[in-house]
Amino acid sequence: MAKEKKTLNLNFGPQHPAAHGVLRLILQLDGEVVEKADPHIGLLHRGTEKLIENKTYIQAVPYFDRLDYVAPMNQEHAFALAIEKILKIKVPTRAKYIRVIFCEIGRILSHILNVTTQAMDVGALTPTLWGFEEREKLMGFYERVSGSRLHANYFRAGGVHKDLPSGLDSDIGEFCEKFPKIIDDLETLLTDNRIFKQRNVDIGIVSKQDALDYSFSGVMLRGSGVAWDLRRSQPYDCYDDLEFKIPVGKNGDCYDRYLCRIEEMRESVKIIKQCLTNIPKGPIKTEDGKISPPPKKELKQSMEALIHHFKLFTEGYRVEKDEIYTAVEAPKGEFGVYLISDGSSKPYKCKIRAPGFTHLQAMDYLIKGHMLADVPAVLGSMDIVFGEVDR
Amino acid sequence: MKNLEDLEKFINSELTSKINNSSIRHDNIYINIDHDELIDVISFLKINKETKFRQLIEITAVDYPENENRFKMVYLLLSHEYNQRIIIDYSIKEKEVISSITSIFPAANWMEREVFDMYGLNFKNHPDLRRILTDYGFEGHPLRKDFPLTGHNEVRYSEEQKKVIYEPVKLEQNYRNFDYESPWEGTKYIKEIKKS
Repeated sequence: MAKEKKTLNLNFGPQHPAAHGVLRLILQLDGEVVEKADPHIGLLHRGTEKLIENKTYIQAVPYFDRLDYVAPMNQEHAFALAIEKILKIKVPTRAKYIRVIFCEIGRILSHILNVTTQAMDVGALTPTLWGFEEREKLMGFYERVSGSRLHANYFRAGGVHKDLPSGLDSDIGEFCEKFPKIIDDLETLLTDNRIFKQRNVDIGIVSKQDALDYSFSGVMLRGSGVAWDLRRSQPYDCYDDLEFKIPVGKNGDCYDRYLCRIEEMRESVKIIKQCLTNIPKGPIKTEDGKISPPPKKELKQSMEALIHHFKLFTEGYRVEKDEIYTAVEAPKGEFGVYLISDGSSKPYKCKIRAPGFTHLQAMDYLIKGHMLADVPAVLGSMDIVFGEVDR
Repeated sequence: MKNLEDLEKFINSELTSKINNSSIRHDNIYINIDHDELIDVISFLKINKETKFRQLIEITAVDYPENENRFKMVYLLLSHEYNQRIIIDYSIKEKEVISSITSIFPAANWMEREVFDMYGLNFKNHPDLRRILTDYGFEGHPLRKDFPLTGHNEVRYSEEQKKVIYEPVKLEQNYRNFDYESPWEGTKYIKEIKKS
């Protein structure tokens, strides 16, 4: 009797703890081997781009926090840079340093979440508990500077909203002293762990060429051995003055990507330390009253300040007709904003280029021929957050 | 090529008949091409040794309802070797069919699906053209300028029918779009008086 080949269709998600959000993955299985994966996304689609087209530039900023909600400020950064380039705003040096400090805090936030949940997906619970304690401290810094733990709405075109509250810099400095020890602890749990290695080494290998063809960026690209980091190759804000290394993987598998993320956290700590020692005193946003709101104190005395304030929060500032693409190195990869302005105070078009979208697209290519149990490991190492994939 | 100006000259001389115009702004090259030349231009830019734009960053469309060629298609490419970005665009009519570039860049697959979903533009030779971000059975194309911000349908759980149901959007208060244009330069009606 000839053996009949049967394929099994399996619905992974939309509610599955290892799907990192609302991903519906339709898997075609031959026994335990995955033959085809078809991700259905869009379950968290909120129409961010459409909403931004209907808001002023100031009102559009909070939408960026809600994209990749584990590293909110990195997204705001791309939008702020786009407007600054069109309007040719000069950003004060202090603001640049503050922005870089908080972008790196965002990177650590995102990498802790990713590394520890990836470990949880393959069976280790302790890293999550240890890591999230640190995330809590970092979100505390977010709260102290912006008033909110997650949806910061802190970066503005021309600088940041408010100066650092007193004592925050020394507290961040103290964190930077202690945190490398925590990374060491995490590494003792994972890096040489036999189970963790069995689940990740040689899983989801991406070759250099394929990483380029599938538009990978960030750790997904560096894990495959392409030394490309926008902070180094197309530096924005004060990354030019800072010294940091760019960790690059060799094999392009899940394990190398994990190692890259661990090293990137160490580099981020170094960047924050340098920023804290070099940060100058001075203004934290551009003093052009047409773009940044006047200080509260002046509103009571100066007619001009009152008018500026009123105009900014009703009409908003206008952005001359232009078309621009700006990208930043977000924790997950190249996050870009393609902005078309038409001279009014609302963007005509704002396309958000989310790194997770292109990464998830390669799911079928990455998982083909692997076992079903490898799906969470590959998904985990891709660092998917549905806020940005679905937009 | 290392230098942006040199690169612009090089692209212009190699693709003379295919490029309508080119410019350098914000450290990027912007080129405008004809719709039919898309595949040639993209594969030239990817393969040629002097350009090496080997990564596709994004594909998107822009809607200009008042234009005869209603949509503008935009392609963003990146060259790691030379650290340069190029932005390619062309205009098309609503009913025109676009050639898919999935054979050149596999990453174009979902990006083109997104354009299809959001703008309703059709692609030929695309392996799997389905909606991607909107709901199953969704109608309309959300990012077109004539699609209302509040949408057409809303979803809720019905206690009577014991299931999730779709019904037309009902808002307590309509979406209000205020005209904040500066009165110092004249509001719309004053401008109209001045014109006549």
